[in-house]
Amino acid sequence: MIEIKNLTKSFNNNLVWEDVTFRIDDGDTIAVIGRSGCGKSVLLKHINALLYPDSGEVLIDGENIHALDYVSQRKLRQKFGILFQGSALFDSINTFENVAFPLRYFTKLSESEISDKVMQALTYVNLEGAAKKETSELSGGMRKRVGLARAIILEPKYIMYDEPTSGLDPKTADEINELITAMAERLNITSIVITHDMHSVLQVADKVAFLDEKKLSWFGTLQEMKNSEHPRLVDFITASEYQIKSNQYT
Amino acid sequence: MYALKELGKYTTLLYQALRSSTEFGTYRKNLFHELVKVGYDSVPIIILVGIFTGSVMTLQSAYQLEFAFIPLSTIGAIVSESILIELAAVISGLVLAGKVGARVATELGTMRVSEQIDALESMGFNSVSFLVVPRVLAGILMFPVLYIVASVFGIGGGLAAGYFSGSVPPADFLKGARMFFYPWNVVFGFLKSFVFGFIITTVACYKGYYAKGGAEGVGRATTEATVMGCIYILLADFILAALLL
Repeated sequence: MIEIKNLTKSFNNNLVWEDVTFRIDDGDTIAVIGRSGCGKSVLLKHINALLYPDSGEVLIDGENIHALDYVSQRKLRQKFGILFQGSALFDSINTFENVAFPLRYFTKLSESEISDKVMQALTYVNLEGAAKKETSELSGGMRKRVGLARAIILEPKYIMYDEPTSGLDPKTADEINELITAMAERLNITSIVITHDMHSVLQVADKVAFLDEKKLSWFGTLQEMKNSEHPRLVDFITASEYQIKSNQYT
Repeated sequence: MYALKELGKYTTLLYQALRSSTEFGTYRKNLFHELVKVGYDSVPIIILVGIFTGSVMTLQSAYQLEFAFIPLSTIGAIVSESILIELAAVISGLVLAGKVGARVATELGTMRVSEQIDALESMGFNSVSFLVVPRVLAGILMFPVLYIVASVFGIGGGLAAGYFSGSVPPADFLKGARMFFYPWNVVFGFLKSFVFGFIITTVACYKGYYAKGGAEGVGRATTEATVMGCIYILLADFILAALLL
């Protein structure tokens, strides 16, 4: 379980958000939504201590990650897999080696065991044929999927997705959303999805956190969001292209 | 104030690198990769720099001493001593500030702005130990080796230039080189190259590791790493000469 308590962050006296408090239960998929620049990715980087808050705390299974020493913090980070916005693949090595990377350093698996695990992860994300490709040869959607395969290779308890569908065509975005749902169900992973894509939210989320006006403006289940009359939340949802073009939301 | 802040961040990075060097065993295969990139890959440019530096020194010394009534062996002494005590280390250092410093700053800067360093940290890697320590170690281990290469080819180039131009016969050149050879000068050159290797790699790692702002930020980091590397080399050269000679 992840508990975010009274988290406040500012950069150079510019407040990002303050007093953010919510809880992510094991097995849940939470979507953190909000306008561009509202601090969604900043929140994600606080959850595994890539950034430090001005005040407040983040408890991962009861441990305050920001209060731990660096070695313990890094051990705790191994509970997480992250799919970064730009995938953050290592461009000096190929697809197979990118996925194998954490296994080579954090496990004592033999070469054949590593190969089996990597191919299994690539099969999960429907990329079994791309193992030998250089990362520069991959399309945006393929890069996201390789990033996802790398994120799940150490079988993390939590997985965080930073704008998983940004920059992708609707069909590929759908495939990524299906993968997120499949990962959560098949591997029983707790997921945190940072996005402003309402289509994605409706497909993957159990609960929704809405960051707005420099605070956590709204938090609830997906069904509660659909019924919410919170004016800024409704405004945000109805502004999405998805709402205009289809009636799935209503 | 800005300079103090920069110095503080640089020192902190060095402290983190020192502290995390205990974990270096986990990432030791990175060191071999860096030794090749810093050392082996730099050999051709260092040979070229050495040969031309020695050749030009010989030709210019011969030109300047043409009408002086001093033995030709003096040219061999001037060239070899200048190369051993100063030029092999400093000119190689300046060239490597461009080649090695720029590469390191660009690599780390690109990794920073494309979130690859965040990805490493988020997987549980110690990014300083993984990225900075091997590069700095490769610098301080390989620069003295490159100093030897530069010295050998510098003196060899000087000797060849003297022979082919007809200004200094090889026997006179070698006689002068041997006559004024002091082992301390080689030790001093070694020490300088060791310090320059440390300066170039740590400055480049620092600039790259803390790069921000996309492609422009990486470009700025690379430029600063190269320029600051050169300035610090000249400064360190002066300080070492003042202290040790």
